[in-house]
Amino acid sequence: MNTVASEYSSEVQSTPIEHSFNPYSDNGGTILGIAGEDFAVLAGDTRHTTDYSINSRYEPKVFDVGDNIIMSANGFAADGEALLKRFKNSLKWYHFDNNEKKLSMSAAARNIQQLLYGKRFFPYYVHTIIAGLDEDGKGSVFSFDPVGSYEREQCRAGGAAASLIMPFLDNQVNFKNQYVPGTDGKEKRHIKFLTVDEVVRLVRDAFTSATERHIHVGDGLEILIVTKDGVRKEFYELKRD
Amino acid sequence: MNHDPFSWGRPSDETYGAYDTKIAQAPAFPKMNTTQPIVTGTSVISMKYNNGVIIAADNLGSYGSLLRFTNVERLIPVGNSTVVGISGDISDMQHIEDLLEEMKTENNYDNSYVDDEEALKPSYVFEYLATVMYNRRSKMNPLWNAIIVAGMEDKKPFLRYVNLLGVTYSSPTLATGFGAHLALPLMRRVVDREDDIEKTTLEVAENTILESMKILYYRDARSSRKFSMAIIDNDQGLILKKGLQVENMSWEFAKNIRGYGTQKV
Amino acid sequence: MFRNNYDGDTVTFSPTGRLFQVEYALEAIKQGSVTVGLRSKNHAVLVALKRNADELSSYQKKIIKCDTHMGLSLAGLAPDARVLSNYLRQQCNYSQLVYNRKLSVEKAGHLLSDKAQRNTQSYGGRPYGVGLLIIGYDNSGAHLLEFQPSGNTLELYGTAIGARSQGSKTYLERVLDEFVDVQTSEELIKFGVEALRQSLKDETLTTDNLSIAIVGKDLPFTLYDGENVSSFL
Repeated sequence: MNTVASEYSSEVQSTPIEHSFNPYSDNGGTILGIAGEDFAVLAGDTRHTTDYSINSRYEPKVFDVGDNIIMSANGFAADGEALLKRFKNSLKWYHFDNNEKKLSMSAAARNIQQLLYGKRFFPYYVHTIIAGLDEDGKGSVFSFDPVGSYEREQCRAGGAAASLIMPFLDNQVNFKNQYVPGTDGKEKRHIKFLTVDEVVRLVRDAFTSATERHIHVGDGLEILIVTKDGVRKEFYELKRD
Repeated sequence: MNHDPFSWGRPSDETYGAYDTKIAQAPAFPKMNTTQPIVTGTSVISMKYNNGVIIAADNLGSYGSLLRFTNVERLIPVGNSTVVGISGDISDMQHIEDLLEEMKTENNYDNSYVDDEEALKPSYVFEYLATVMYNRRSKMNPLWNAIIVAGMEDKKPFLRYVNLLGVTYSSPTLATGFGAHLALPLMRRVVDREDDIEKTTLEVAENTILESMKILYYRDARSSRKFSMAIIDNDQGLILKKGLQVENMSWEFAKNIRGYGTQKV
Repeated sequence: MFRNNYDGDTVTFSPTGRLFQVEYALEAIKQGSVTVGLRSKNHAVLVALKRNADELSSYQKKIIKCDTHMGLSLAGLAPDARVLSNYLRQQCNYSQLVYNRKLSVEKAGHLLSDKAQRNTQSYGGRPYGVGLLIIGYDNSGAHLLEFQPSGNTLELYGTAIGARSQGSKTYLERVLDEFVDVQTSEELIKFGVEALRQSLKDETLTTDNLSIAIVGKDLPFTLYDGENVSSFL
């Protein structure tokens, strides 16, 4: 094969050349949601990329959508924003039609599945996570795949560095592979709820580590925390290299 | 061979008889979508400073490697607080110009306060363009452009990017195309963080943009010496400078470039 | 017996140049219970008297929110008002989604006018049988509009529509200079409630039959019903 291609080449190719528009791109970034006993957090880095370029060092992707629900759709940013916009809109009309009734987490989750599955054959290329409090006031996190499969979970990482963070979460939130000392690996460590401070520390560790190992993660970390008193925001710097 | 482009890829009539377009309800002519840009404009670069924003783009429309049109204006003012800078396909750009003109006209119909309170703001213009771009990509028929909207809104600088995929983002410095690789690092040297904006004067920002345009002219083969620059300043309003030229060039470095070209070693 | 030959549809003029169906529609407004609207520089207020069909039924809703910056009250056929408010909600929504912009009250008025006017010029339809008062706060400040089924939309400082609304209007005309300059939303509401009182006959205002809505600078459209209006009685 020629290393330098002439613009006027007429070589016969062995495979057909595809001339089509690719409607997707990957804008990097990673997100992480953890549910506590009476709170839930959803965090995301603020770097926005395409290929090897950093487009922005601060482009938030975790949002307070109202009714004490926070949401993020990570992956192809344009689809993420479109999905978020559609869900916010759906919530607005839910309020109009139901006399300002508060949307529950389980209802929000089902609604998002409908939005995602509605584009089953031209999917929103995103990993979606929502966090909030359930009807009993317990912390709740729901996560979705691009076409709407969803599940309630204790914790979930999504996006570029999900595979780096998720095993860490299994170990530190659900105490997987942890055993009570002196039992010779016979007795599993008992699961307990973490405090807000513990969770924020975990999240920060997860993101600083992901920043070290993944080029599409970094610049800033924005953590949104839901409690019965509302949504709170925290920001921490991450490495910008 | 039949050289009519509408017949390309069709079974030949001699062998199979006339093509029956009724099969699969196919229209007589195929629907054509954009799969590549034709005449293109190169980078748009922009940055915020302590009292506004600057945006610049050169005046060239390239047809592949041919410098086809040499007097193309790619900075479009919309109202008196917004400038839209467009790179990519020039015919799509001109279509976007039409859309913006239509947007202005519609606003004039609807409002009696168009000159002040209900004047178009940069964020309105941006949201509209972003919606158009995302909708077109979702129809698999994109407008092949990368766009930067710059302006002043509520006395604060506004800067946001959208491209053919509908991907959007903001930053104190923005550049499209080659500019994202060549000019952005130079501009980020001056304004990297949000709080650097306050420390940057118009003069410093203007010089940075001029230097960046010079670097782009040096290293981007599809760029031109002639360019336009717009400043949207909180006090001075919108200033569009046309017909500027890259000045004070030094091509000294060129003779030291090795590895390609005609020299041996 | 005299019978009007020119009121059968909305597309035929009478020899004197009138459209009777449209005029009858304007009469429908007067069948509805009264609602008052007024505005100062920074706020706009709606006050409405709700009616119930009988003692055991609920009260008919009089004020409808369209967006965080806009809402309306109605007098006349409530189902028609639902159609129109739904239309305005959609238009507000569209403006927000496509232009990142709050629909200006003026444009909202134009949109309603156009929609109502179409009914007066096509055969087989009827005009809307409802009058609306629209309040909103946009880039150019607080606004109050009155919408009529004829397609007219007027901007006003204060007005009232519905049964015996003239009493409220007369009162508002008298105190115009006072309420246009008030600073707080509470004061403006008081003027509104007092205006509404001028249109009452046998009724007395209670927490059950009074509805109030306010919108203004840094104040999203808020509806007060039931116990929330007790402080304004």
